[in-house]
Amino acid sequence: MTIHRKMWSDKLTAISLTVIAMVAFLGICAPWFAPHSPEQVHMELRYASPSWQYLLGNDHLGRCVLSRLIYGIRPSVLWVLAALLVSLSFGGILGILAGYFRGKTDQMIMRVCDIMLSFPGYVMSLAVVGILGPGIQNILIAFVIMKWAWFARVIRTSVMQFAEADYVRFAKAIGVGNAVIIWKHILPVALPDIAVISSSAFGTMILQISGLSFLGLGIQAPHAEWGMMLNEARGVMFSRPELMLAPGLAIVIVVSAVNFCSDALQAALDPKLQKNTRKPLRGQGLFPAKPKGEEVA
Amino acid sequence: MLTVDQVEKSYGGAGRLSRRGKKVLQNISFVVEEDEVLGIIGESGSGKSTLGRLLLGIEKPDKGTLHFDDRDIAARAGRRRISAVFQDYTSSIHPYYTVEKALAEPLKLYGWKDGDIGLRIDFLLRQVGLDSSYRSKYPHELSGGEAQRVCIARAISTEPKCIVLDEAVSSLDASVQFQVLELLKELKASYGISYIFITHDIQAAVYLCDRLMFIRSGQIEEIVSARQLTEVRSEYAAAMLDMALRLAGQGEASSAGGEQRKERIW
Repeated sequence: MTIHRKMWSDKLTAISLTVIAMVAFLGICAPWFAPHSPEQVHMELRYASPSWQYLLGNDHLGRCVLSRLIYGIRPSVLWVLAALLVSLSFGGILGILAGYFRGKTDQMIMRVCDIMLSFPGYVMSLAVVGILGPGIQNILIAFVIMKWAWFARVIRTSVMQFAEADYVRFAKAIGVGNAVIIWKHILPVALPDIAVISSSAFGTMILQISGLSFLGLGIQAPHAEWGMMLNEARGVMFSRPELMLAPGLAIVIVVSAVNFCSDALQAALDPKLQKNTRKPLRGQGLFPAKPKGEEVA
Repeated sequence: MLTVDQVEKSYGGAGRLSRRGKKVLQNISFVVEEDEVLGIIGESGSGKSTLGRLLLGIEKPDKGTLHFDDRDIAARAGRRRISAVFQDYTSSIHPYYTVEKALAEPLKLYGWKDGDIGLRIDFLLRQVGLDSSYRSKYPHELSGGEAQRVCIARAISTEPKCIVLDEAVSSLDASVQFQVLELLKELKASYGISYIFITHDIQAAVYLCDRLMFIRSGQIEEIVSARQLTEVRSEYAAAMLDMALRLAGQGEASSAGGEQRKERIW
């Protein structure tokens, strides 16, 4: 069974994949799905309750919450995902090279990572945004600069344990090239670790964007972004909790779906975690657990 | 014929700023003839596994040369006639590969056609006492002995002239160890392969090897025939043999010698 089929065979994973696909589709096609303009102010509808015209009600400026939620997918999910992929690719490549080749390559890459990681994340982001100016693009650039070193370090640790495995030594001994070893022997077994750190970084990045938007450094008003919507609704958290609920739930659902998918990817890749092939380890030696004739040493 | 000549190997210095490395192997020279089994015996940290990596071309020596049939082992072509079986059977096979895929990998690399690979895999499994049902098994579904048999099948798949057995039976229990040693003897008799048996287990080495090479702190202490263990001159080699005797629980080591010593170790 292919990895794709294995993942789709699990109900929770299938639902998670569908949710992610739907969210991505809604974000890309936001102008067609959003019922209203996300930035159109209707002061007469301030804090209006949900109605047939405004399904999730209106915010403190009377803007359509549903439309803002749909438009918010773009910076909150799609752009974060793009920044994640860039920093993961860059950090991943360096981490794999450091963990596989070790020696001077490892020392050089890791010393640069040490320097990058010695700066507190938020301070680094503020510094980058301070230099480049506020805005989503600059926040994403700050994320890439901030995160790659962390990805490189974690992936290097994961790769190191497999690079020393005997099956890799055998591949080297029979003359398999380094690129093939990395691609076929190391990357697949390190992928579950990479998926787990990526999904957790994805959730953190969504929340960090909201934090920076709150400080006025991220998304600039009146553009919609989930974290910003949360912050705007903070003032009426107790009187109108539903205004926080919509973006809050959206973040929880998307981050959870990504987490479920990373777990499913791990299960799909690792034969030990597959229910249908799992069998108890049999005894070895003079007294095998299976009847004679069916097993050797 | 494998020829190792004046090989030296060092690893990085004690500190990052230190330029002086720690010498792991010094002045290593020996020859392994066709159809011969050479045991490399030494304590942990003696440099025997480093020597194994050099023999497999995984690492290059700082000085000296390693040749197999006049071809440099460091070059890929020189490695084609050498294969390996390692100690840790839990990590010797790609965890995501089935036995079939693991056995097919070296065959594909060496240019076997897809149609022939399937037949070859069945043949190899039979050679090591496993049936075709093992083709679809993953490493975690195999016992230690089964996994090591698969590794031996993989090692002989490309018809090597020499196999480096790096602690290949050390992690197996005594009964399985004996069965694997027997299998190695059978394969040697069938194919005329030479083995380099790296181990700290003298009992296993004496059982399988024609000659024993004792290695200590990266230097060869002595090379002695397994049939003439009385002729051991080095104190270190004698002490190791005596320790093996004592572990074998067959009386005082000092009274043992030669064939008698070999018999008593086993």
